[in-house]
Amino acid sequence: MPTTVDGSIVGRGNADGARLFREWFASLTAAAEAGRGSAYVFVMGSLAELLRTFDFPIVFPEINSLQTAVRRVAHEYLNQAEDHGYSPDICGYVKADVATQLRGGNLPMGRIPKPAIAVYTNACNTYIKWAEIWERMYKIPVVTIDVPGTRAAGTQTWPGHPDFENDRTYVLAQLRELIPRLEEVSGVRFDIDRLREAMGHANTMNVMWQRVLELNAARPAVFNALSDGTIYLGVANGFRGAPEGARYFTELVEELEYKSAHGIGTLTDERYRLLFIGVPCYPIFRRFTEMFTELGGTFVGSTYLRFASGGANLGFTYDLDRPLESLAEGLLLGVRDAMDNMFFQTDILIRMLDDLAADGLVYHPIKSCRTVSTGLADSRRALLAARDVPSLFIESDMMDRRVVSEAQLKNRIDAFFEGLASRRAQAAIHTG
Amino acid sequence: MTAPVIFPDWHGQPLDGVIAACRQLLEDDTYPTVRRWRETGGKVAGHFQVYFPEEIVHAAGMLPFKVRGGPVDPTQADSRFGSYLCSIVKTSLELVLSRRIELELFVTHPICDAARNLAAVWGRNFPYPCQILYLPQNANSAHAASYLRGEYDRLRRTVEDVSGRRVTDDALRASLAAFNANRSLLRELYALKRETPWLAAADETYALMAVGGLIPREEHNALLAAVLPQLRARTTRRHDRVRVVFEGGFCEQPPLDLLRAIARSCYVVDDDLLIGLRWILEDVPTDGDPLGNLAEAYLERSSYSPVQHDLRKPKEDMLLARIRGADAQAAIVTAAKMCEPGLEEQVTYTHALEEHGVPFFVSEFEENMTSFETLEIQLETFVENLLFD
Repeated sequence: MPTTVDGSIVGRGNADGARLFREWFASLTAAAEAGRGSAYVFVMGSLAELLRTFDFPIVFPEINSLQTAVRRVAHEYLNQAEDHGYSPDICGYVKADVATQLRGGNLPMGRIPKPAIAVYTNACNTYIKWAEIWERMYKIPVVTIDVPGTRAAGTQTWPGHPDFENDRTYVLAQLRELIPRLEEVSGVRFDIDRLREAMGHANTMNVMWQRVLELNAARPAVFNALSDGTIYLGVANGFRGAPEGARYFTELVEELEYKSAHGIGTLTDERYRLLFIGVPCYPIFRRFTEMFTELGGTFVGSTYLRFASGGANLGFTYDLDRPLESLAEGLLLGVRDAMDNMFFQTDILIRMLDDLAADGLVYHPIKSCRTVSTGLADSRRALLAARDVPSLFIESDMMDRRVVSEAQLKNRIDAFFEGLASRRAQAAIHTG
Repeated sequence: MTAPVIFPDWHGQPLDGVIAACRQLLEDDTYPTVRRWRETGGKVAGHFQVYFPEEIVHAAGMLPFKVRGGPVDPTQADSRFGSYLCSIVKTSLELVLSRRIELELFVTHPICDAARNLAAVWGRNFPYPCQILYLPQNANSAHAASYLRGEYDRLRRTVEDVSGRRVTDDALRASLAAFNANRSLLRELYALKRETPWLAAADETYALMAVGGLIPREEHNALLAAVLPQLRARTTRRHDRVRVVFEGGFCEQPPLDLLRAIARSCYVVDDDLLIGLRWILEDVPTDGDPLGNLAEAYLERSSYSPVQHDLRKPKEDMLLARIRGADAQAAIVTAAKMCEPGLEEQVTYTHALEEHGVPFFVSEFEENMTSFETLEIQLETFVENLLFD
């Protein structure tokens, strides 16, 4: 620990992230007040770098929905959507958004503009069903960009392979079909040089995002993947393809490298390094993290920071000499990787355990999201068969406080830490 | 080479006996037809709901087995899944974990967030190929058919590896012909439901159709060809029952007893039960490129379901067209418990039906539910309201 800490660097990522978020929502509110139509997108394959060049305000309904949970008003939105006919068994993000639309876009953080178009991938099937709601509600064009994923564990194909080329040609064709729709809806002509510029910013962000994730191999960890990481993730999505996003991540890497070089951890007493698998428990977001940090546990990595960044963790850099072709390839590889982190995660987790020197795994399947949660119990079985590593399996939700039992979670987490401590003590005895 | 007969149980039976044999086969959790197929050295490709190009597997001499859950308790499968899931996902895995069904290949599709996980879950538990067939989810791209042709070709190569047999274009054309015949017979069965529903109750037509997922198509064709004239010759009296469309059976299937309960008060004149078997609406051309033809038919001459987004087929409009086409008076709008696409579509369907003044009955079901009394009473009340309104 250095005797003096550069206060202009340490803590900058979280402060700037919060500021950018406020600015983003202020701009969305202004767009809503001005009656501007926006592009509705999702985090896994947002194509923000393309949409930005058509001057669309970009709205991420997943981020809006989770904010209602973080701000503890999600239940009001969920109840309203359920009164409208949506079952309690439907994704909470969808229902919070339905209620948001019924409220004219009003959210605790501001007001979001109505959609003029929705563009989304198939990384989550609910994206498609969700967009159908807007299609009916607003009679707007909704465009699925179908990105085929990995067919079976370990069978990914790469450029040059006929199966990869079949997928790439399909994705590229869809992007070419999308552009005239975007021109038509926005009234802005497609400018390939603007796209190059936005892709350049996305390149910087991708490289820096990968570096951010790598930097948590430091001991102590320089950020908590669950709490700090979610702030970074918000910027990674909201400012993808924008100069502010590229600058933010360049400066974030500077901050985290500084912390790493000076041994400054996110916890003063890091005892256990953990991986988080699933989606955060937003209804008790801060408390959930505290239940681990109070016992010396830090989340050094998560699958969430990989799949919810749309695969930005790959550090893929677009070839700006052939922007559209490269955009198709980057989208295919990124979204495929995002899906791999949800469906075919065993080998990924084993690599993360090694690279980040993690002591344990925390699986957090949730009621709302079957994409992420369906296979987690089986994935855990497979991982434990491959590695002798402690793990915790706790279920709750990302939105619905009715299925979040803080006391029950706390009991399980405490017991998990007792197991970690006991295991460490046993190991110490055996190693003499 | 002649394929073995694996469902001889209906041979020589009168009509009621044939239907009883089909019902029995559907409810038999030992899957005797699949077992018999394997006993003769045959290989089996399991494919999850909703649609699968079975012709490709058929052309390799394998048995395409429709994985659609089953009448079993998911005692082993439960430990592989989270809590908030539909039953079909769990019981489907249970069938293979318990060795009731043994496969050489398993294919699932990105129909929903739960089902697309199955290839990974299955693949971690079994050594044979378990994969996702990425049917196009942008049905409106001009490139979708070409992409799907490539995806089918990829599947063809997998099937060749598994079966040890080349899947030639000629073999595919022969399979297309067998499946065209099957689709044509199923269209006849559904025409009978629409035109003379008193001749075949909902549970009877369902049993006759659903066994198609458990036996070779040639056998199913023979069965349907034998049964259809007998159904037409029935002298069952027409009753004063409400004509309804049943919607919500595209993936998880309601138990036969539920359909029987509905049939006691309604004529189900059309439905989306096992819609994958009837997904393609017309004959697939048998000349030219068979994989290309099959891909094109999937996109251009097909039905609808909550798990396919196609701008040309808004689901509520399609349901209204189904109701009009069958001259139905009302709709039963169901969804399997925890089925997200089904539950989401239920909202759209009911709003559209309300707007168009079509009476509807909303419910949820589970494949292994055993009590139907409450539902039957509610349905009877609904029907009485319609009859005496």
